[in-house]
Amino acid sequence: MLGRTAASLYWTSRYNERAENMARLLEVGYRIAMTPRLGQDRSDDWRSTLVSAGCDGAFFSKYDEPTKRAVVQHMLFDRDNPSSVRSCIEAARNNARSVRTAITGEMWESLNTTYLEFMDIRPQHMTDNKLPDFLAWIKQRSMLFRGAMLGTLMRDAGYHFSQFGAFIERTDNTARILDVKYWILLPDNEMIGGDLDRYQWTTILRSVSAHRSYRHAYRDAQVRPFNVAEFLILRKEMPRSISYCYDWISESAAALAIRYQDSPVSCDMAHGTLSLLEETSMNRIFQGGLHEFLTDLIARNNALGAQLASDYHFS
Amino acid sequence: MTDTEPFNEMLGPDGQPRAPYRALAEWFSGMSPAEMRRKSREAETIFRRLGITFAVYGTAEATERLIPFDIVPRVLAAAEWRRISAGIDQRVRALNAFLHDIYHRQEIIRAGRIPAELVIQNEAFLPEMIGFTPPRKVYAHIIGTDLVRVGEDEFYVLEDNTRTPSGVSYMLENRETMMRMFPELFQQNRVAPIEHYPDLLRETLESVAPANCDTDEPTVCILTPGIYNSAYFEHAFLADSMGVELCEARDLFVDDGKVFMRTTRAPERVHVIYRRIDDAFLDPLTFRPDSMLGVPGLFDAYRAGNVTICNAPGTGIADDKAVYAYLPEIIEFYTGQKPILQNVPTWNCAREDDLAYVLDHLPEIVVKEVHGSGGYGMLIGPTASKRELAEFKRRLKANPSNYIAQPTLSLSACPTHVASGLAPRHVDLRPYVLVGDKVRITPGGLTRVALKKGSLVVNSSQGGGTKDTWVLED
Repeated sequence: MLGRTAASLYWTSRYNERAENMARLLEVGYRIAMTPRLGQDRSDDWRSTLVSAGCDGAFFSKYDEPTKRAVVQHMLFDRDNPSSVRSCIEAARNNARSVRTAITGEMWESLNTTYLEFMDIRPQHMTDNKLPDFLAWIKQRSMLFRGAMLGTLMRDAGYHFSQFGAFIERTDNTARILDVKYWILLPDNEMIGGDLDRYQWTTILRSVSAHRSYRHAYRDAQVRPFNVAEFLILRKEMPRSISYCYDWISESAAALAIRYQDSPVSCDMAHGTLSLLEETSMNRIFQGGLHEFLTDLIARNNALGAQLASDYHFS
Repeated sequence: MTDTEPFNEMLGPDGQPRAPYRALAEWFSGMSPAEMRRKSREAETIFRRLGITFAVYGTAEATERLIPFDIVPRVLAAAEWRRISAGIDQRVRALNAFLHDIYHRQEIIRAGRIPAELVIQNEAFLPEMIGFTPPRKVYAHIIGTDLVRVGEDEFYVLEDNTRTPSGVSYMLENRETMMRMFPELFQQNRVAPIEHYPDLLRETLESVAPANCDTDEPTVCILTPGIYNSAYFEHAFLADSMGVELCEARDLFVDDGKVFMRTTRAPERVHVIYRRIDDAFLDPLTFRPDSMLGVPGLFDAYRAGNVTICNAPGTGIADDKAVYAYLPEIIEFYTGQKPILQNVPTWNCAREDDLAYVLDHLPEIVVKEVHGSGGYGMLIGPTASKRELAEFKRRLKANPSNYIAQPTLSLSACPTHVASGLAPRHVDLRPYVLVGDKVRITPGGLTRVALKKGSLVVNSSQGGGTKDTWVLED
């Protein structure tokens, strides 16, 4: 397999995953905007949506105020935002197109249809009443691609590069969402948790589509910050938790190492992070500082992506 | 040749369907206009979703377009096809013999059958190829021979595309789409299959692996300029259906005279490159130093016999329009036979007599640039305005050797789905030929159709569409 092919498979998956995450973050932002004020400036909510999405830098270099309209425009349609849904879909498709031979017809068709339909949409026509359906559509299209990948792609190296990209992106996304609001998850807060806090905890769960599965996992009428943090970081049955992602990343890293009969650095790094997650506990994480833990994790995750690229000659 | 009605491939002079079209004519007559429109839209959706597009240069927006697909197939009887394919077989053998000769002893020039300047002063003649013999003496491995039909038994070769002919993916996808949409038709008619083309292509490419190839299974790859090339879809399609890597120049490098791909593992040696980039962009060290597209050192690796480039550099001279005029002589010289397929009579404007005739008869004839393609830079006398005629007269006088001229052929017409139902439209035919250890010809080819009423220009860049092409089995 060409190094460029591996890179494109990795990035196609990453961008596909990112498009879905952007849509989900906007859904949450949109929901907050529909909820009665909770004693806070509304622009702060949109600001934290931007920070969670990692788009705040690009946004404030172009706009002054994070109004709903501007944020929606920026995160969905702006070409100068490399993480806007449009940019993600375009990048995913361009990558897929350049490795058309390494993906299946089903994968290509799902991505190409998404692209063609997305490009037909005029941003100025995206009114409030159309937005929820549109965001749901973006999520579905992304899941369709992923489903096509899981259902049709040969389980060879390409599959593992693809999985790698998806889970590196998902890890980054979940860690960021937690980090933006880490202080409301600190144990001290639980005692004084008022309506506002409870509301914020639920919002975090919604950002990763986990507000219902949380109830099933914890069988508790209360949303507790300790549990929310644990659910998103350590619980392996939660498919967007960091531990879950690292299970897959480690598996793909090992599968690639076996296939290439080599022990690349990226494989050690992936296993290292997985062990770290498996050997720690929420108490330990809180003791060392949740923010510090997340910052370290995001850095490790980025470094792993870069190491993978170097181990397998992405360029 | 111009004033009569065009040959109608479906309906005979008596208004009855000709034999090969009988079942088809009946089937389409049972179809309502609404249903036909629906089927036509359905086909378009299939093509768009599959991403079967081509890029149009010079337009910022909508750079990916769909070539219109016509749902009415074009049909050739087995006997008709036998003659066409025998003619093509003869032609491609002669072309390869010609290429070998002009890059070696140039017997044909010594024998006085063609003028020396036709070769030596030709821009498409590549001095770097002199004295080099590619494996099996094959230069042009993949050829698309453009044919037109003007009567029951009258076929003419319009052009031999010996560089990097495109369109074969449309031939294959057109068939797939027809089989998906009209399975009944394929039960009623015995249509020769074409889906094995990618296998034939791979066999052909493997058969010309370098003599010093270190394995029984040579590694083949396709070399593409990348996703912005107009035929990128086809490059990907062929790589995928052959199961070979689709490389850009940056994926390849030369080390110790051998060519390697940059893979996720270690560099992997490449033995045969089916290149879809022009000669000038193959290797910046040999050809164009300003090119970002090429693989430095590739040509030296080729000349050292460590890699085979298909088609060989320098094959372009075989489809040069000035050389074309000599094809009957070329065929006779190398095969000792009369050509089975006719050339269109061609006036070579570099010759004084020919130029005089062309200038006198401009409104009746077609003038083409010697190195032009894609239907650009040509004049179709009968439909040209006075101004265009005057303009071309000026250009011809200024640079006569840049032009050839041919009589306006009355291309045959096939029924085609248009707004008002079915109507005859002019068509041509490009069969695809592979030359390696043997000559492999896929039955049929790509039929291009001029969708505008009365138009003779079938190029997709100028409003042409395509049709599935059937060769019926006996």
